[in-house]
This record gives sequence, C-alpha cells and structure tokens, in this order.
Amino acid sequence: MWAFIHKLGSPKWFYGISARLMPWFWAAATLLILAGTIWGLAFAPADYQQGNSFRIIYVHVPAAFLAQSIFVGMASAGLVFMVWKIKVADMAAAVMAPLGAAMTFVALFSGGVWGIPTWGTWWIWDARLTSMLILLFLYVGVIALRGAFASRDSGSRAASVLAMVGVINIPIIKYSVDWWYTLHQPASFTITSRPTMPLEMWAPLLMMVLGFYCFFIALTLMRTRNEILRRESGKRWVQALAEESV
Amino acid sequence: MSSSDTLDQPLTVVEPRGGLGVALVATLRRDLTLMLRRRSEVMNPLVFFALVITLFPLGLSPDPRLLATVAPGLLWVAALLATLLSLDSLFRADFEDGSLEQLLLAPQPLAAMVLAKVVVHWLLTGLPLALMAPVLGLMLGLPAGSHLILMLALALGSASLSLVGAIGAALTVGLARGGVLLSLLVLPLYIPVLIFGAGAVQAALLGDGVGAHLAILGALLALAVMLSPWAIAAALRISVNG
Repeated sequence: MWAFIHKLGSPKWFYGISARLMPWFWAAATLLILAGTIWGLAFAPADYQQGNSFRIIYVHVPAAFLAQSIFVGMASAGLVFMVWKIKVADMAAAVMAPLGAAMTFVALFSGGVWGIPTWGTWWIWDARLTSMLILLFLYVGVIALRGAFASRDSGSRAASVLAMVGVINIPIIKYSVDWWYTLHQPASFTITSRPTMPLEMWAPLLMMVLGFYCFFIALTLMRTRNEILRRESGKRWVQALAEESV
Repeated sequence: MSSSDTLDQPLTVVEPRGGLGVALVATLRRDLTLMLRRRSEVMNPLVFFALVITLFPLGLSPDPRLLATVAPGLLWVAALLATLLSLDSLFRADFEDGSLEQLLLAPQPLAAMVLAKVVVHWLLTGLPLALMAPVLGLMLGLPAGSHLILMLALALGSASLSLVGAIGAALTVGLARGGVLLSLLVLPLYIPVLIFGAGAVQAALLGDGVGAHLAILGALLALAVMLSPWAIAAALRISVNG
C-alpha cells in the first residue's frame, strides 16, 4: 500500500503509467461524447413542455457536474499534497483549476442560453445559479492566489489551503436547492435514485456525463504530464527523454 | 559588591510560565493595547460603514419606504465591506515587525493563539459595527422593532466574518499588494453569513420568527470557530516561510 503511494508520488512513474492510461480515456471520452451528442440531439424525443430547447441539458448538466466534481478533486489533491507532500498531486491540482473554472463558465453560459426559451430571461437570482457564480469566483480566487506568490511552493500550499476551505462551499451548492427553492426546478438527474425522465432522454445524458468525466481525466493526465516535464526539466530522466526524441 | 555575596545567594531563575491560558491572556492584552493605541485604525471601518450607508439614499432615493425595504441588505453589505477593509491590518503589522514569527515559534499551539487575535479583531471591528448599526438603521427608516435583531445578527455574524476573513488575511499577509486578492478570496466565503444575517432582519421586518436565522448564524459561527483556526495557522506558516 505505502509502496504503491510512494510510487504514485514519483513524477517519473506517474509519467510512465499515465502514458499507458491516457489513450483509453481519450478513446472512451470521444466515443461517449460522440454517441451521446448524436443520440441526444437527433434521436431523443422532444420535451412535451420545453420542446427542443431542453436538449441544452446534454451540455449543461455534465458541465455543472464536472464544475463541482473538479473542485472536490482539486481540494482532495491539495490535501494529499499538504499531508504527504506528493508533488504530482499539486501538479494535478494546478492543472485542474482552469479546467474547473472553464466548466463552471460553460454551465453558467449554457444555463443562460437555456433560460431564454424556458424562463424568458438570461439570468435570475436563483439559488443554484448564484451558487455556480460563487463557485466561479472561488476558482478564480484559487488560480489568482497560486499565481500571486513569488515562490512556487508557497503558492501551491496557499492554493491547497484555499481549495480545502472553499470545498465547504460545495455542500452549500448541493443543498441550496432545498434551502431557498425559488424559480429553478429541483435537480432532475441523480445517479442514485430512479430517473424522472423517460429512458430515451436519460440514457444519452448519462453517456454525456460519463464522457465528460473521461474527457476531464484524460485532459488532467495530459496536462499533468506537461506540468511534470516543465517542473522536472532539470532532472536526468527528463533530459534523457528529450534527447531520445530529438 | 563582592563576588562571594552573589554566590552565597540561591540562584533563582524566573521560569516563564508557559501555560496556554497565560499565553492567551498575554496575546489578548497585547493586541488590545496595540489596537487601542492606533485609534484611527479602529475608527476607520466605522466611518467607512457610516459613509457607505450615506451614499445609498443619495444614489437610490430619499424615499423612506423604499429605503426601509432595502435597509437590511444595505446595512449587511456595508458592514461586510467594512469588515473586509479592516482585515488587511489583522496580521500585517505583526508580520512586518517580526512578532508573527515569534508567535509561530511559541510552544503554545498556534491555532489557539490566532483565535485570541481574531477575538480582538471582532471586539474592535465586528462588535462596534453591530452597536453602530441601529443608528444607521434609524436613518434608513428601519422600524424600531427590528433594531435589536439587527444588532444581534450583526454581532453573531461578524464573528464568523472575522474568523473566515482571517484565513484570507493570513494567506495574503506575505504578499506586497494583497488587498484586492484578499477581497477576491474572502467575499465568496462571506455569502452564507450575508444571506442568513440579512434574512434575520428581513424576517423581523415582516414579523416572522427570527429564531431559525439566528440559529443558523450561530451554527455557522460554531463551525467557523471549530475549523478556521487550523486554516489560519496553516496559512500563517505558509506566508511566513514563503
């Protein structure tokens, strides 16, 4: 167990194993997102109330899922970095933050576009919209704090602490629907309970969610590898790697 | 005095009493004394609070009915910004003169010591803001019945604001220009307190029960007291070492 963790913590080992894992995740992400998109946009039945506009759900919901999951992932990586001083965890946390911020923005934007046909407005001060906006600010704060320090190690540790502090915001987002229910419909999609939508609508959504997660994992692996090469550029194995490929 | 005289006397070394209680009282007293000697720093957030509240009738409308309906939110947002303004100085002076390092080196747990510092911050920022709020509420046409609730909610809520804000202050104390970054880090975390604090005053205005709002504010404070000292301590260690 401990040997495994130590191995995982070594950038060189991680660089090797991620090279083998990454193509699988890319392939799964491409397949799932392609199939989910085609099924969701072309074959799933239109909603009896919202018509075709409901199809934005196939981008909106996976992005919102990812936006929240990435923050938890970033905070967990920060915790691992703070407790065991595993550098790879910090590199992963560093590359996750911009992706999470982008996903939060995608969820907010697609929600606004969806709001026009359903609610007749781009923005309402509803609990979940507001919490997503707060999440975006939290991401920006973590990214800004990491960049503000002159020494990279201090920035990494400060960003880890802030991510762990910010993760208390995630339950607030999750339960905000129950706290101040306003205009937003209650969550229509959960993995644990039976779906309230018909299967033909729900199955492509599940594919899209899984596809987005695979995309996130693949992209994080790829960007962590780049980060490893950048930070470890003085190490012998990286230089050997560079000479090999020349 | 001959040397034999001093040798005859029993050598007494006054051991510094290192108990946690003594250290806490010493920190409290030191910080209170220092802050009370810099009166303008204590006064500035209060003046800022009054000034921001003065701006709203000028910008919105002097209509007392309109002002009374938005007063809970205005008072809370202004108090929140006033707290934010005072945060930057929380650890700044100690960081610059090196006494923060001494605090880090002290044998007592840092989390307890920073709690004492935050208590002083609340006593000289949050509590005065809460005491001052009814006067400004009066000027905004807030009905008399809600003044006590406003004070109570602000006193409870501002303690959470001090605790959470101290995390941000500790993270940015090592940075030369951490002011804007501090607000970016801290304001999102202030939102739950704002919602329930302003909600309590709003409920008092509408004649609803305020118990639930105050209870949630108390729960947020309990959570903040429990968790934030550790985060503040960790953040201070990062800032001082970095």
